[in-house]
Amino acid sequence: MYAFTYHRPGSARQAAGLLAKKEDAKILAGGHTLLPTMKQRLAAPSALIDLGACGDLKGIARKGRTVVIGAMSTHAEVAESAIVQEAIPGLAYLASHIGDPHVRHRGTIGGSVANNDPAADYPAACLALGATIVTNKRKIEADDFFTGLYETALEEGEIITKVVFPVVSKAGYAKFRNPASRYALVGVFVAKRGSDIRVAVTGAGEGGVFRWPEAETALKARFAPKSLEGLKASSKGINADMHADAEYRAHLIGVMAKQAVAQATGK
Amino acid sequence: MATLSMTVNGKAVTATVDPRTLLVQFLRENLRLTGTHVGCDTSQCGACVVHIDGKAAKSCTTLAVSLEGASVTTIEGLAANGALHPMQEAFREHHGLQCGFCTPGMIMSAVDIVNRRGHNLDEKTIREDLDGNICRCTGYHNIVKAVAAGAEAMAGQGMGTKEPPRQAAE
Amino acid sequence: MSATGIGASVRRKEDHRFITGQGRYTDDINRPGQAHAYFLRSPHAHATIKSIDTKAAAKMPGVLGIYTGDDLAADKVGGLICGWMIHNKDGSPMRAGPHPALAQGKVRYVGDHVAVIVAETLAQARDAAEVVVVDYAVLPAVVDTAKAAGAKTVVHAEAPDNTVFNWHLGNKDETEAAFKKAKHVTKLDIVNNRLVPNPMEPRAAVGDYDAGDGVFTLFTTSQNPHVARLVLSAFIGIAPENKLRVIAPDVGGGFGSKIFIYAEETVCVWAAKKVGRPVKWNSDRTEAFLSDAHGRDHVTHAELATDAEGKITGLRVKTTANLGAYLSTFSSSVPTYLYAPLLSGQYDIPAIYCEVDAVYTNTAPVDAYRGAGRPEATFVVERLVEVAARELGKDPAKFRMQNYVKKFPHQTPVIMMYDAGNYGASMKKALEIIDYKGIGKRKRDSAREGKLRGIGFSAYIEACGIAPSAAVGSLGAGVGLWESAEVRVNPIGTVEVLTGSHSHGQGHETTFAQLVSDRLGIPIDNVSIIHGDTDKVQMGMGTYGSRSGAVGMSAIVKAVDKVIAKGKKVAAYVLEADEADIDFADGHFSVKGTDRKLDFGSCALQAYIAHKFNGQDLEPGLKEGAFYDPTNFTFPAGVHICEVEIDPQTGVTKIDRWAAVDDFGNVINPMIVEGQVHGGIAQGVGQALLEGAKYNSDGQLVTASFMDYCMPRADDLPSFQVGMTVTACPSNPLGIKGCGEAGAIAAPPAVINAITDALGHEDIAMPATPQAVWRAAQKSVKRMAAE
Repeated sequence: MYAFTYHRPGSARQAAGLLAKKEDAKILAGGHTLLPTMKQRLAAPSALIDLGACGDLKGIARKGRTVVIGAMSTHAEVAESAIVQEAIPGLAYLASHIGDPHVRHRGTIGGSVANNDPAADYPAACLALGATIVTNKRKIEADDFFTGLYETALEEGEIITKVVFPVVSKAGYAKFRNPASRYALVGVFVAKRGSDIRVAVTGAGEGGVFRWPEAETALKARFAPKSLEGLKASSKGINADMHADAEYRAHLIGVMAKQAVAQATGK
Repeated sequence: MATLSMTVNGKAVTATVDPRTLLVQFLRENLRLTGTHVGCDTSQCGACVVHIDGKAAKSCTTLAVSLEGASVTTIEGLAANGALHPMQEAFREHHGLQCGFCTPGMIMSAVDIVNRRGHNLDEKTIREDLDGNICRCTGYHNIVKAVAAGAEAMAGQGMGTKEPPRQAAE
Repeated sequence: MSATGIGASVRRKEDHRFITGQGRYTDDINRPGQAHAYFLRSPHAHATIKSIDTKAAAKMPGVLGIYTGDDLAADKVGGLICGWMIHNKDGSPMRAGPHPALAQGKVRYVGDHVAVIVAETLAQARDAAEVVVVDYAVLPAVVDTAKAAGAKTVVHAEAPDNTVFNWHLGNKDETEAAFKKAKHVTKLDIVNNRLVPNPMEPRAAVGDYDAGDGVFTLFTTSQNPHVARLVLSAFIGIAPENKLRVIAPDVGGGFGSKIFIYAEETVCVWAAKKVGRPVKWNSDRTEAFLSDAHGRDHVTHAELATDAEGKITGLRVKTTANLGAYLSTFSSSVPTYLYAPLLSGQYDIPAIYCEVDAVYTNTAPVDAYRGAGRPEATFVVERLVEVAARELGKDPAKFRMQNYVKKFPHQTPVIMMYDAGNYGASMKKALEIIDYKGIGKRKRDSAREGKLRGIGFSAYIEACGIAPSAAVGSLGAGVGLWESAEVRVNPIGTVEVLTGSHSHGQGHETTFAQLVSDRLGIPIDNVSIIHGDTDKVQMGMGTYGSRSGAVGMSAIVKAVDKVIAKGKKVAAYVLEADEADIDFADGHFSVKGTDRKLDFGSCALQAYIAHKFNGQDLEPGLKEGAFYDPTNFTFPAGVHICEVEIDPQTGVTKIDRWAAVDDFGNVINPMIVEGQVHGGIAQGVGQALLEGAKYNSDGQLVTASFMDYCMPRADDLPSFQVGMTVTACPSNPLGIKGCGEAGAIAAPPAVINAITDALGHEDIAMPATPQAVWRAAQKSVKRMAAE
């Protein structure tokens, strides 16, 4: 790692103040992407602003027809939350399968969403559930938030404070892991809210997380795995690397989508 | 430089360190607790696993300064009053180690599995929950046996009862 | 059998320190005043170094010294060596280029060592490395094993066609004749994938120099510290042996990769004198991927001839072996004498001919990795035999048993004289364990679930305890392959055993103590095993090739026998009897036909106080040493059966069952032996399903971390059912054969045979990743539909 100064504000507001003042500063949430990158000397922030002591970024609550998750909630906290398990079990399931147990104890939803790793799990849930990403400055719909590989709508000085998920009637997630890294080679999150059906795919897209409209249409007729029989995702715009070419990934999107629907419908 | 104070294996520790000091470096170099190992640089092998406030975490992916006020337990702090922890004993009894390098992280992870999932662990659960720990010697066969036996033995000693999840906002 | 004697599953003595975090690995060692080394490595696979400018870097904070190949040359530090001379078919010696510890004029693979920066802290050394300016003229790289020979790009001028040697073994004419007469010929093209050993402890070194008496000390992650000292002294010229101490403390796994004498360790100990400070280097995982010696990497065409009755009549093999950019310490022996002599497998094959071309490429050096040559040979034989059985419409188990060697000793056409075995017994036991009778039903059950189930066999043989020294010398080895032991009995009867073997996970502190406790009739806690320090153990050859039981323990037996013989002389004086009338059993010396006896501890005390005998007639003290040179290799053999279930939708291969039945001869500690089997299988499964080092066409290693190189995790593997059969090895006093590599040798063909059985065709290579299996399964599904 290169040298940096370290700051530990007590609130999101203080953190934002520091972020505005320090040039080349970076936010440190769980650190499970940033620190490995810094260890490899691939990132050199002059200052780290650790959100670990920002009590206002923690906590999970049910608010009407939504579940509100503080940005600094760890994956384990989301996975184990009785609120999330009851309201959106598919989201709890997703959180319980991010990384490994140690990563889930430290990694946070805010960090994951802000980083928008094309193989991360949370972006699929945000997009499929129609989440709202709340920052210290504004509210951003998931549809507008994930703009490209590692790119989001976040602007300079903006800090995610919470993610608001609408409670849906059915939700499920299925992931095919990269055998080596254990990140999503393909992950599919499906959600049904009334007649609104969304299917979001992570791990596979050249531009990061995306929706699969053909599957959404097919599931509108009937929200069941069978509705997806014979439906093939196009391999256009799909990632290819040494672990999986575009054709295989595209095929897996179909397989994972069926599994996700099966999970959502308890079949 | 930055100052930090935390509890390590039950003892209060205060130090001034370069902010880039990772917890594993702080443990190994400042405190000379060399039981915690580094086996990779991509946060995957789990040789560095310790408990931070009772939960397994990778000390290679945690800044020491970010643990102000935290309580850290390493492999050296697991045995209480000279008596081996039941999980340590189980690893020996079931030959759950060969070269010993991954062992501290494996044992700390195993105790964490019991803390999270209780004392009756089936093989599938153990194998899935060892996702974050790589062993190159044992083929995991005897590690899996050791974790199951250690979990049972912890029950016998009243250890590892699942703490209620800390969710202040609920 | 006592609770701690030979044959008992004694819990390991070494475990206490490991489970409590008190192990002492090289990176745990810190010397007063220690500085840190960082190696500047080549980012290019192949380039000429036009210049290296270290001026700005030398002025960076904390920098103590920056050295390049020129500095080593100026100090007359020799290059790294290859210790096994192979001769070409025409009798000429192999063509080897020089291997400087720090590059001289040229870099030949990504990760090659360009300069070392020694600084107060590692961060400072890394900072300084970033301002060293190296002007490279980048050259095209040759990467592909099959295309290296004769390529335009030349790695070493000494081998202008990139061919290190073309070598052969066996009888060409008889083999050609056998193929002419054959009723059926089975043909296979095989790629044995390149692997990265990845012991969990990366390599490390701490070099120290005592200017007062001119002694160097090197703490290092070595499987054979004495061989390291020998090479560093005799060939590299760091210091004479009496001025160089090498210590290999606790070592976190080796699997072959820590046998070799590498650049980093060499430079650390040399640099300690240069900067006048202890110098530490600890490899990170990326460096390990780049610069630890890799394993395997063969491309082979093989053919098996059978007659009308299904009897194997001939085998011919043509292999190209990639040795990387430089010849590592024992690299040349791996695709030759550790490979071709195993091609007879467990079978009576009258004619075998094998040709091996070894090539240089712009990739990391390739050397011995768990099994070393024998996994490659077993993969060739066991794939061919399985496919032949399928082509001939024979049951693969029966076809194997039909062709087994059944009479011993058996001379193969490829050097080996198999001394003992009962291959049919292992097969029968393995068939029972796996429930072979039920496979048909299990396949149907899987098919109903839309899954493909398959079963695969691997009846392997291997050769351990490479020996005798004179024989390996005649084949080109630069060293003898004996082992040493010294048994020091203390005055109150406790014992220290000094061994030239080195334990890095094998549990020698337990098994060796079991042996000595058993033989001397003393409590196991009274026996301590000392290894890994050239100042304590005089000389030894180290641990690799599953040799520590067969060779290392045999040396201990020899020394213990000498101790007992000396003890009898002492006891004769004490008990006032004739030496010929003294017996030794159960820890007591006794006089035949009387009840007069002397326990071992009292005898030791008498030997040291020397009151009962005249020092001119009998030397005081009780300490004996021995060197043991075996008379033959040992031949562990067994049968592994793997059963898989493939999901054709995802290509995921689940290993559902694994039966392993091995004949390791006599076993000292079954718990430890089974542990070795488990670990070996896991590495073999890793090769078959998960692991593969890949370079792109520019010579960049694209699998340079655990993010991209897939290590087996707990949920990739099943529990294993392990059984044993025993035929004692006749060539050593304990009847031991060796168990360390069997699993890694047996497993890959068992997995691939199971997958191809499930798929119904042979078109799959290692590693059989989900993507590869999915694609292969599409072919199966189409074929099934067509039928």
